[in-house]
Amino acid sequence: MIKLQPRREPSELMVYISPILAGILTLMTGAILFAVLGYNSFTALYTFLVAPIQDSQGISELLVKASPILMCAIGLAVAYRANVWNIGAEGQLLMGALVGSAVALQFPDSESKSTLILVLISGVLAGMAWAGIAAFLKTKFNTNEILTTIMLNYIALNLLQYAVHGPLKDPDGYSFPESAPFSAGATLPTLLEDGRVHIGFALAVIAVLIIWFLVSKSFLGFQMKVMGMDERAAKFAGYPEKKLTWLVLLISGGLAGLAGVCEVTGPIGQLVPNVSPGYGYAAIIVAFLGRLHPVGILIASLLMALIYLGGELAQIKLGTPAALTLLFQGMLLFYLLACDVLIRYQLIKVPHSSTQAQGAN
Amino acid sequence: MTATTPRLALQGIRKQYPGTLANDDIHLAIDSGEIHALLGENGAGKSTLMKIIYGVVKPDAGTLSWEGKTIQIKDPAQARSLGIGMVFQHFSLFETLTVSENIALALGDQAGDLKTLPTRIRDISQRYGMALEPDRPVHSLSIGERQRVEIVRCLVQNIKLLILDEPTSVLTPQEVKTLFITLRQLASEGCSILFISHKLYEVKELCHKATILRHGRVSGECVPSQESTLSMAKMMVGDETPVSNTYEKKQGSEVFLTVTHLNLTSSDPFGTSLKNLSLQVRRGEIVGIAGVAGNGQEELLAALSGEVLLKTADSIRFPDGAVGDLNPAERRKRGMAFVPEDRLGRGAVPDMSLTENGLLTGFLHGLVKGGVVLHGKTKQFAEQIIQDYKVKTPNSSAHAASLSGGNLQKFIIGREILQNPQLLVASHPTWGVDIGAATAIHQALIHLRDAGAAILVISEDTDELFQISDRIGAIFDGQLSPFKPTAQTTIDEVGQWMAGVFNTEEALA
Repeated sequence: MIKLQPRREPSELMVYISPILAGILTLMTGAILFAVLGYNSFTALYTFLVAPIQDSQGISELLVKASPILMCAIGLAVAYRANVWNIGAEGQLLMGALVGSAVALQFPDSESKSTLILVLISGVLAGMAWAGIAAFLKTKFNTNEILTTIMLNYIALNLLQYAVHGPLKDPDGYSFPESAPFSAGATLPTLLEDGRVHIGFALAVIAVLIIWFLVSKSFLGFQMKVMGMDERAAKFAGYPEKKLTWLVLLISGGLAGLAGVCEVTGPIGQLVPNVSPGYGYAAIIVAFLGRLHPVGILIASLLMALIYLGGELAQIKLGTPAALTLLFQGMLLFYLLACDVLIRYQLIKVPHSSTQAQGAN
Repeated sequence: MTATTPRLALQGIRKQYPGTLANDDIHLAIDSGEIHALLGENGAGKSTLMKIIYGVVKPDAGTLSWEGKTIQIKDPAQARSLGIGMVFQHFSLFETLTVSENIALALGDQAGDLKTLPTRIRDISQRYGMALEPDRPVHSLSIGERQRVEIVRCLVQNIKLLILDEPTSVLTPQEVKTLFITLRQLASEGCSILFISHKLYEVKELCHKATILRHGRVSGECVPSQESTLSMAKMMVGDETPVSNTYEKKQGSEVFLTVTHLNLTSSDPFGTSLKNLSLQVRRGEIVGIAGVAGNGQEELLAALSGEVLLKTADSIRFPDGAVGDLNPAERRKRGMAFVPEDRLGRGAVPDMSLTENGLLTGFLHGLVKGGVVLHGKTKQFAEQIIQDYKVKTPNSSAHAASLSGGNLQKFIIGREILQNPQLLVASHPTWGVDIGAATAIHQALIHLRDAGAAILVISEDTDELFQISDRIGAIFDGQLSPFKPTAQTTIDEVGQWMAGVFNTEEALA
């Protein structure tokens, strides 16, 4: 008989093994799932996980997809470490895209890159403002940020829909719900000659470095960690709880806003209704898969980007349903949470009490 | 005499938890009508043993016999049906329900006819001299009265063995006397009582026999009336630990902390509001505040620490000005240090290392530069605390939660004292700490006092306060008694203050 027994101390090793285990279990379940659906499991998994990154073009696409997820996830990790549950990266991303686009469209003929800087800053500020609403409500009225940020996601989505169907719609666009393409000055330069990977990915990596410094070296990061692990201890030590709440929400909101504005000024090049296929939600999974640690999140965001790419490719090549991408995301989070039990508990073999008694005789 | 079977007999009880052997080969026998003390320091295995008897925990080995028959107690319901009742240290009562509702809930089917329950409660409480009104809601009861609810709950059933876990720790000296009368009466009627305590003179006064545990094993058995408290203490802690000390009483110099007309309405509906408190603590003295839990200690401590800010900043002053509206970090900058009553989850973050827990409040003392944590110095600070205060831990990266209560408390006290505070406010500094650690903590406080710091200690342990404070007072229902030099008062007088008998005195004066 196997029994779960609490460990004396949380296992450091399992903290790292658990995500790997979750990945393996997801693969196995995926294989079974494909088989049941009537696909060749091997071909399907290959199409899903290997085929998308076989050439430099594929790698480039992977980085394009990973950039917004990474920016959102690294920001969310800061908030989650402080026990502030920002579920609103999606809305903050959309607001960044929307406001950034509105600014970009004011300069239809700009060639200057200073326009781009202005656009990026306005996107970041929009994300911060959107998260700031939740921060205000939480610090002023003790409103649960999980609820407010989720609700703000829907408001942001509807504002975006309104803008592309109304004030920001391209007058020369044959009534398609899209804005005019941005000018050269308001478009992100690409990093490499070929491929679509743009400097947004570089910005994301810089964000990872800054956040790494914040959480592991600075006293501010330490205060956030204490607040997240033990609110009463933070209060006892006199850490400024409200300021820290504001700060983590502004950081995560700002980074999500940056992700949004980089999407519209980078790979998309205009404002469209579906800026994000749920990057803000995927980032929640990525943040946990990466153990809220900057390096872990970097790796996890690449994996998540791969699932997006693989889902699309499998859809095209094998005709699998589109929901498969979401299913894989869900399975990954599910298995991760399940495997995390092993951080605090261990499996031990318990001999049957009857056999033990016989052995003693 | 040999023919009588004991009511309860334990043989070779053993219980292993991950990392600790909580009980090892324990033998214990209680006769009917016997008051039996179970003595031992925290962590000696008393709680585990009680839980085994009450069916909460299953032993790994050993047998338990009840009135001569070997049995297995599966759960507390079975224990209750056998006639075993238990009063826990922390009461499990619903504050919004009445006394009889609480008893009915706790006993379930065993409560019998609910219509007659209030009458039965009233009968029992009168018979045993424990005044109790069945229809009163629990939140309106004092701590002592709440304990009576727990005891009466056990008596409503046909009780044969009553287990009491440190019952006197929440009572005033006068209430303790009343409790002892009740317990003696119960015993004379044939009820066995297992009395868990570490207050030796109480055991000596009340109990017929005692079993002493140390490190999970029986370290001695005795008849308390024939032993000295010192000889029992030696059995509890072993020979190597100094058992008690007396300290010279001192008079302070200039005033450091001044509290004047402090009023504070508690945000907790069942909390205690502070009413017009005034108090001074001088440099070089220890002031003790006695009191039964729930009389405003938490509220006073929160106001002093800065966890609750006051609208009237002037109510709390340090020599350089009013601090009533300053947060804890700002008060620390002005020389205050603070030892809270909760070690884990306030004084220390359970899942953080000792190094990080040193930084928790030590950040003002050169551990942070330009917003960046200096890892070398932070580690050094934690290691200094561990060394100076003899904290038993493998190293400074051990999690706070992995330390025993006494060791963590030494770490927290050390962390606060090493910051050279001019004012130290300590709440229950030795609560749940073994005698060895308690002595070390007392010595550290005395040493800090002699170095010229002002110290305020709030504790439910009156003996401790008499031992270390230079001046003493009590808090009752959010009001402070007069303060007197410890040498000029008695436990009885402080006991009166703890029960609120100072208002009239003051009015007359």
